Amino acid sequence: MAFESLTEKLQNVFKKLRGKGRLTEEDVKTALKEVKMALLEADVNFKVVKQFTKSVQERAVGADVMNGLNPGQMVVKIVNEELVSLMGSDMKELPLKPGSEITVIMLAGLQGAGKTTTVAKLGGLLKKNGRKPLLVAADVYRAAAIKQLQVNGEKQGLTVFSMGDKISPVNIAKGALEYARENQFNVVLIDTAGRLHVDEEMMQELSDIKEAVNVDFTLLVVDAMTGQDAVNVAKAFTDKVGIDGVIVTKLDGDTRGGAALSIKAVTGTPILYAGMGEKLNDLEPFYPDRMASRILGMGDVMSLIEKVEASVDKEQAQEMQKKFKKMDFDFNDYLTSMEQMNKMGGIGSILNMLPGLGGKNKDIEGMIDESQLQRTKSIILSMTPAERSNPSILNLSRKNRIAKGAGVDISEVNRLVKQFEQSKKMMKQMPGLMSGKSGMRGGFRLPF
Amino acid sequence: MAEKKKGLFSRLVSGLSKTRDNIVAGFDSLFLGYDVIDDDFYEELEEILVMADIGINATTAILDDLKEKVSEQHIRRPQECRQLLINSIKEQMAVGEADYEFENGRSVVLVIGVNGVGKTTSIGKLASLLKDDGKRVILAAADTFRAAAVEQLSQWADRAGVDIICGQEGADPASVVYDAVAAAKARKADILICDTAGRLHNKKNLMSELNKIYRILEKEYQDAILETLVVVDGTTGQNALVQAREFSEAAKINGIILTKLDGTAKGGIAVAIQSELGIPVKYIGVGEKIDDLQRFDADSFVNALFEVPEESSDREEI
Repeated sequence: MAFESLTEKLQNVFKKLRGKGRLTEEDVKTALKEVKMALLEADVNFKVVKQFTKSVQERAVGADVMNGLNPGQMVVKIVNEELVSLMGSDMKELPLKPGSEITVIMLAGLQGAGKTTTVAKLGGLLKKNGRKPLLVAADVYRAAAIKQLQVNGEKQGLTVFSMGDKISPVNIAKGALEYARENQFNVVLIDTAGRLHVDEEMMQELSDIKEAVNVDFTLLVVDAMTGQDAVNVAKAFTDKVGIDGVIVTKLDGDTRGGAALSIKAVTGTPILYAGMGEKLNDLEPFYPDRMASRILGMGDVMSLIEKVEASVDKEQAQEMQKKFKKMDFDFNDYLTSMEQMNKMGGIGSILNMLPGLGGKNKDIEGMIDESQLQRTKSIILSMTPAERSNPSILNLSRKNRIAKGAGVDISEVNRLVKQFEQSKKMMKQMPGLMSGKSGMRGGFRLPF
Repeated sequence: MAEKKKGLFSRLVSGLSKTRDNIVAGFDSLFLGYDVIDDDFYEELEEILVMADIGINATTAILDDLKEKVSEQHIRRPQECRQLLINSIKEQMAVGEADYEFENGRSVVLVIGVNGVGKTTSIGKLASLLKDDGKRVILAAADTFRAAAVEQLSQWADRAGVDIICGQEGADPASVVYDAVAAAKARKADILICDTAGRLHNKKNLMSELNKIYRILEKEYQDAILETLVVVDGTTGQNALVQAREFSEAAKINGIILTKLDGTAKGGIAVAIQSELGIPVKYIGVGEKIDDLQRFDADSFVNALFEVPEESSDREEI
């Protein structure tokens, strides 16, 4: 739902902004207003949104509008690039120590963020990568937390170290390290109790563990659904304990996940993994570009724009534009535009990239009959060059021959010719469509 | 190019370092800092509401309503405007004794929500609250999915001193609920509280599982009041609204338990849920101890939302 409203709004903005070569301050402001609303709706922190849009505005004003995009799309392109670069980082995974040296990793976060589940998932992932991880149950507060880790660890075939809930977490961590050394584990994953960032005593406990066993990486586990408060949480954990990386969980829900952006903006620590489900192998690397589209709620509009850029031959488009103007659009051009569509992966794949269709892709793919397009193509290919460039000569006997050649019924040939005449008539009635000044506008228009 | 991007990033970080202070500086400074009600004033009001997780849509609606009232009643002083806003949200969020009807009769409470919001913990606390009130309480451990969830609830049952009906891990939760209803009838319990597995509202099969549980309770326990409470994490943002809406499809929701309000989150999303879906907050969770569940109080909630010191809210009444 959020999707549609943003797309609609941007559509209106785009309309107003159509047809200029360079982004003016006015263009940028109008488009950014909608972007701001989208970011807020995605739970990006208010202050982050303000700073972010301000920075984007500085970069965008005066920027050249790329051929094939309208100014509104150009702004979104810049916004997207900034989002991706802001959320991305050079560190893609944890630099674990080589060989039998022990890397100590501690997971921390608020209650219910998904630490215990994530510890088991991360352990499984490391095991798959040839490591020998030891899971440590240091949540001595929450009822049955130790048991939960034991059950999940067992499912992953991992060893879980526990000393019950009567020993202090610091001592458990120390004991775990000793155990790891004796039994040749090379990664120690410490599960800590969920705690509030304002609970000084509990925050101190994390620092104590960190100091006692020389934790190499402290990872903050954050629920993707977190609202405006994500900034306070991340900042408190950074200031009081120190954070080396972030894991965002519950991204298999339908939240837009703006918290990820807020946290990265405030702490600067890399986002390493994304929790994508309840199964124990549902931990994935974090992809900033996917997250950016998700936060913007724009499906994969950006890759669509890129695909258009890559596959549409500029000269061809200009040629087409001229033909439109002169009204001598014929079946050859029809064929060319169909081929362009195919270069982009067919109608199905384009629809997949459009926002607002997420999850409904299957239905839509079913609705579009790509084989119908194929038939249209074969009808045109069965025409002689003369027929293609001058459709008015098509009489009954010619149509019969074409139908036989294409292996279709003559009624389909008739339908295609009729459709073709109709589109031509429609174009005559819409002179505005052909008055675009630059590039392929009018000749090839983005479908939003 | 790389340098330029770094510049953008460090600007962002430095701009945010004062975030927390800015939030806490909050409401009072806003109203004292303005002599007239103008666009800047409304813009800052918007910021405060959005920062409390009320959401941009609900915020816009609230402000439009406020602007209308301000012009209707010829209000000119920001202070008056403030009280107007606070009062209208308080009024909207207020709950009455009738909302707690289920506490008195024979009833069954179904507790639902997404993962990690604090369902099991809230149930433990609610059981203790009702037990202290002299009620005979039975718990049904129908979260048969999450590892050790049954064990977690058993520990709470021990602490609260109430009975519990358990199923095996991996058992059909509907069958656990069915058994629990039979037990509640046989033992003449006043209140049966059913725990369920956390589930994301966009997972169809899990939502139909929930609907099945709801229908069993409706059908098998007709002489009990069926009260469905959805647990919402107070730190959740706009997605909580979607959660509440989707859960309403599977079960008729009577109220919200708003948890984790002992941090810095304001839980403003509850205002959006109330105004859009009409679901009231009935309890709030403010800590991990067994008595850290309270009945919802609209006055203190709204005051906290706007950082109004408790005593000053009366003093500045006009």
